[in-house]
Amino acid sequence: MKFHSFLIKYGEIGIKGKNRYMFEDALVRQIRFALKDADGEFLVHKCHGRVYVDCEDGYDYEEAVESLQKVFGIVGICPVVRRPVGEIEELKKDVVAYVGQMYPEGDRTFKVAARRANKRYPMNSMEINCELGEAVLDAYPEMKVDVHHPDVRLNVEIREEVYIYSEIIPGPGGMPVGTNGSAMLLLSGGIDSPVAGYMIAKRGVEIEAVYFHAPPYTSERAKEKVIDLAKLVSAYAGPVKLHIVNFTDIQLYIYEKCPHDELTIIMRRYMMRIAEHFAKKDGCLGLVTGESIGQVASQTMQSLAATNAVCTMPVYRPLIGFDKKEIVEISEKIDTYETSILPYEDCCTIFVAKHPVTKPNVERIAKSEMNLEEKIDELMQAAIHTAEVLTVSYGK
Amino acid sequence: MEVYLDNSATTMCYPEVGEVVYKVMCQDYGNPSSMHRKGVQAEHYIRESKEKIAKLLKVSPKEIFFTSGGTESDNLALIGCARANKRNGNHLITSSIEHPAILNTMRYLEEEEGFRVTYLPVDAKGKVKLEALKDALCPETILVSIMYVNNEVGTVQPVQEAASIVKQYKPSILFHTDAVQGFGKYRIYPKRADIDLLTASGHKIHGPKGIGFLYIGSQVKIRPIVFGGEQQKNIRSGTENVPGIAGLGLASEMIYRDMEMKSALMRELKSRFIEGVSKIEDTTVHGFTDEGSAPHIISVGVAGIRSEVLLHALEDKGIYVSSGSACSSNHPAVSGVLKGIGAAREYLDATLRFSMSEFTTKEEIDYTLETLYNCIPMLRRYTRH
Repeated sequence: MKFHSFLIKYGEIGIKGKNRYMFEDALVRQIRFALKDADGEFLVHKCHGRVYVDCEDGYDYEEAVESLQKVFGIVGICPVVRRPVGEIEELKKDVVAYVGQMYPEGDRTFKVAARRANKRYPMNSMEINCELGEAVLDAYPEMKVDVHHPDVRLNVEIREEVYIYSEIIPGPGGMPVGTNGSAMLLLSGGIDSPVAGYMIAKRGVEIEAVYFHAPPYTSERAKEKVIDLAKLVSAYAGPVKLHIVNFTDIQLYIYEKCPHDELTIIMRRYMMRIAEHFAKKDGCLGLVTGESIGQVASQTMQSLAATNAVCTMPVYRPLIGFDKKEIVEISEKIDTYETSILPYEDCCTIFVAKHPVTKPNVERIAKSEMNLEEKIDELMQAAIHTAEVLTVSYGK
Repeated sequence: MEVYLDNSATTMCYPEVGEVVYKVMCQDYGNPSSMHRKGVQAEHYIRESKEKIAKLLKVSPKEIFFTSGGTESDNLALIGCARANKRNGNHLITSSIEHPAILNTMRYLEEEEGFRVTYLPVDAKGKVKLEALKDALCPETILVSIMYVNNEVGTVQPVQEAASIVKQYKPSILFHTDAVQGFGKYRIYPKRADIDLLTASGHKIHGPKGIGFLYIGSQVKIRPIVFGGEQQKNIRSGTENVPGIAGLGLASEMIYRDMEMKSALMRELKSRFIEGVSKIEDTTVHGFTDEGSAPHIISVGVAGIRSEVLLHALEDKGIYVSSGSACSSNHPAVSGVLKGIGAAREYLDATLRFSMSEFTTKEEIDYTLETLYNCIPMLRRYTRH
């Protein structure tokens, strides 16, 4: 079957009152961006409170659907057959042909749901329903009408052209990225943080990311891996601005001056501080981490409190109640899993103590940090100033 | 300054080789199996390459077969001979420090095809114990494979002695050597050394990647492992990689030019490097430091610094080397070779391999030493618990 358009169904956007146009515009923008890499020419437009994607001949259907399935805000994607508006007899022929191709095996219950947006059409919706229903029954005697629970809801919309569609491909749901401000994601090379980014983006939040590396303790490949992860997240979240911070000197300084069982916590506190610096500078409204309670020593309630204490911005932890298995499932779905498990050392593991504190005391940690007073500001400034910034984008 | 000391991983292509490859790809691109002139022309390149290599090894051109590289040559030699000679027995012998192309193929033959494999131990310098070979030989033995030069520590194996032990025990047992690290560094004459099969690879001798050869003595019974258009006497089907073959022929010829002189130069640099490294506390050079080791490989253990860290620190200064063992904190996979030679624990994941080529200079070696003197004390201040 050759489809000429997609009707985009969106759920939550519909109820946003006066802001509705803003959500719709964001959706149109995101759809255009997502389709950039699909083969073919696409015209994305709003029309009578709906969003349509009209496709030029010769486009790649599979690719287009795959791309659309990554656009947050889309609840359903309906492949549409478009025909010129003609006499009712023409219309009958078109609809019968459509049914024949879509449901060759016949035995389905159906209902025709006509809509006459173009009021100049000489028949009203009810009349059209009757005529078309009869035509389909005549052509395929094994099909039956069921107006309450049909297997197939045959939508026929009369506009500048006739739109015929009956199938709905599920979309990812959520809200269009760009409708809910932006947030700074602390991206490591692990499984969790890309998933956290995905979850936040799903609610319409634009994502920036910060990654800490520690050459020569971490390798160029570890950095490449994180860039790849950011790219995979950007398939859903749109272009991601990634800040790559050299953390080596800070880490070594902490190692020299602080108790070793507190290294990870103190290190994470400085990561949060630097992330918040970038977040504020770029007007982000919060930080995002992939933490989940109790997963590792640095993610106990006490540890979370200790790292949280240095932030003035809200810290969002969309995976907080997830088990590892659930996180892995999502990472597999969004295709980050395989990249995440590549075995390159990241800067959190290189100096890890055998028995890190699991119940850190905020005051004690703060006291340990006093040991850093002499040089830490300078080192932080250096790390911030030498950070590499790049914008990554899926497939581009 | 950029210093490439990872020549055992791969080498820079000789520019002349690059030119030949380009010419064959873009001008003389015929399929050697084609009947027309363009095909004949392509065939010429193959014949010429075979002749060049055969001359260097003092064998017949008919005994040279081109493959996609060292790994495929090893696979063909082991699987092809094991299957073809199954009727004479099911026992294979190799050493415990072979390249994975040998070890994993042997494991496959063990697990999937019912062969029995003996893995010979090595001494503290990484040299295969010949006594163990004598003990392992038995009436069922059909194939012995021992590498020419170990790729991780550079130890030269007693291939000739091993081959004659094998042949004295029973002449029909086949002897294969993986000479990927030895070809181009030593003059190897298979027929005089009782070697029936020999593996070599293009990109370790300043030739192209994706090309290698297997010398198969005319008396050897072998079966193909890939099937298709029956090229290369049906031992290795598939349209010949003519650009690669032409490049490999030329590279072989070029690396053999002044070989003794080049080796002597590398040895000089190697001694200089070893001398310099031994001034650093708590370091060790694995294997032999004299003629017992290949002229181009130096394996250095630096206690207290994980190899990956030192590797990246050197990289930062433009020096490219390999870690002695593939190892990361998540997947501790300590090198079998270092374990095999009984290296001390503190060196197992703290060893780097420096490998030179004929293009390595004294300045590069001195710069590398200088960098090590600076890096090592700094990195040693921070160690993992």
